[in-house]
Amino acid sequence: MPTTTIAGREIHVDDDGFMTEYDEWNEDLAKELAAAIGIGDLTDGHWKAINFLREDYKEQGETATLRRVTASGGIPTKELFQLFPKKPARKMSYVAGLPKPVGCV
Amino acid sequence: MQRLVVIGAGTAGTMVVNKLRPVLGDWHITIVDPATEHHYQPGYLFVPFGTYQPNEVVKKTTEFIPEGVEFRNVAVERVESAANTVHLADGSTLEYDQLVVATGTHPAPEETPGLDGPAMGKTVHHFYSLEAATALADALGGFTGGKLVVNLIDLPIKCPVAPLEFTFLAESFFHERGIRDDVEITYVTPLEGAFTKPVASRTLGGLLQSKGIEVEPDFYLERVDGDEGKLWSYDEREVDFDLLVTVPLNFGAGFLADSDLPIDELRHIKVDHGNFLVDGTENVFAVGDAANLPTSKAGSVAHFAIDVFTENFVEHISGRPMHEAFDGHANCYIESGHGKALLIDFNYDTQPLPGKFPLPGVGPFSLLEETEMNHVGKMMFKWMYWNILLRGKDLPVSSAMTLAGKVTEGA
Repeated sequence: MPTTTIAGREIHVDDDGFMTEYDEWNEDLAKELAAAIGIGDLTDGHWKAINFLREDYKEQGETATLRRVTASGGIPTKELFQLFPKKPARKMSYVAGLPKPVGCV
Repeated sequence: MQRLVVIGAGTAGTMVVNKLRPVLGDWHITIVDPATEHHYQPGYLFVPFGTYQPNEVVKKTTEFIPEGVEFRNVAVERVESAANTVHLADGSTLEYDQLVVATGTHPAPEETPGLDGPAMGKTVHHFYSLEAATALADALGGFTGGKLVVNLIDLPIKCPVAPLEFTFLAESFFHERGIRDDVEITYVTPLEGAFTKPVASRTLGGLLQSKGIEVEPDFYLERVDGDEGKLWSYDEREVDFDLLVTVPLNFGAGFLADSDLPIDELRHIKVDHGNFLVDGTENVFAVGDAANLPTSKAGSVAHFAIDVFTENFVEHISGRPMHEAFDGHANCYIESGHGKALLIDFNYDTQPLPGKFPLPGVGPFSLLEETEMNHVGKMMFKWMYWNILLRGKDLPVSSAMTLAGKVTEGA
């Protein structure tokens, strides 16, 4: 697995730059990861999505799909597209330090 | 006497009873399904183009239920696994020692705003039921030109290559009718490209491009207006159409919402990906499209999976651990129009790769490459489905995927 250095810390990532170690993530890293994909400020709305994804991953063992974030996390899909423009499923999981959502088979 | 109940007499359920009847001795086996017709669902794709007539894809359900298996022609109301009981719509119940749920996944157009309106069947179509595919045949027959949009709403769906196949076949169909230049074809998808897996996505994306088909990627559909002929995404993009062929969201069977089995947001049942035991149970399995396996929902997958399931099930009821683990093997022909097709072969861990697919006696078939031979393979499959696959006989293809013949460099 390749590694990269963000915010002065070495982290494990996959070929697309998604973090692969759940426990290497923290909130400071999230801010750096968000900035790297053009999201300057993480608002309460962003954190609600990120925290849901982190908690859900811990319980389910896989990254929630967009549909699940809306259905179980209670965040409307429209809002997710405003918070994480164009590719919310990928961007959310990237910032939350989780593998890309699978489901796409 | 021990009792096995199988819910669903589609592809997976029918294979299960055919495989298990000979090995279950004096067990009483019951299969439950409200339908009296069994449809060859891969054939729906060909109905809109007149390649198959509707009656060619339908046979009687009971024709494929073996002797010694009781067929109950009734709907299920709910499963109460805590009491090992299936409640039926006629008010009666079935108690079981082992339960297999094989109720598939089904298009639910009503889940998307605009898809349940009066435009459905007129300017808005799908082809995931025989009725819808037949209506689409009429619409295509009368289509003289304009904007055709093929849209995938979200995954997972059954036969995930079918939307692409439909697009390729439509391109070919318009070409044959001499109106290709009058039709603008756009493929609108929530994915980043043509398909989910990178190597196949590049090949299929290249094919779309070479056939002059536009791709609108990252399009997550919010609503459809059939009268105005517009699709809207959640991020306010819009796409115009004269004729829309969409693939509705797919949901597991309705009774699962009222049952005590664990399901996901799309009512697919949560199972062990290796042996299909339903999470939190000891005597309930979910097979075929009904299960939330991270592989394609397709008859070929169900076939490979049920080979593994059968061996495991026999171990399980003898009180032994289940040895076999399913690898997610999928093997799908992709029609690309003009009498050709591609073949992809993959599993949970290995994406579809180019190369050759060895098939004793018939093959080899070319992987991820358009050939006429692959098209022949696809068309042969209907016969194989009715005569070999459903009846639980062996196909000359191993249930576990092999890397033999595949080119892994650069993948």
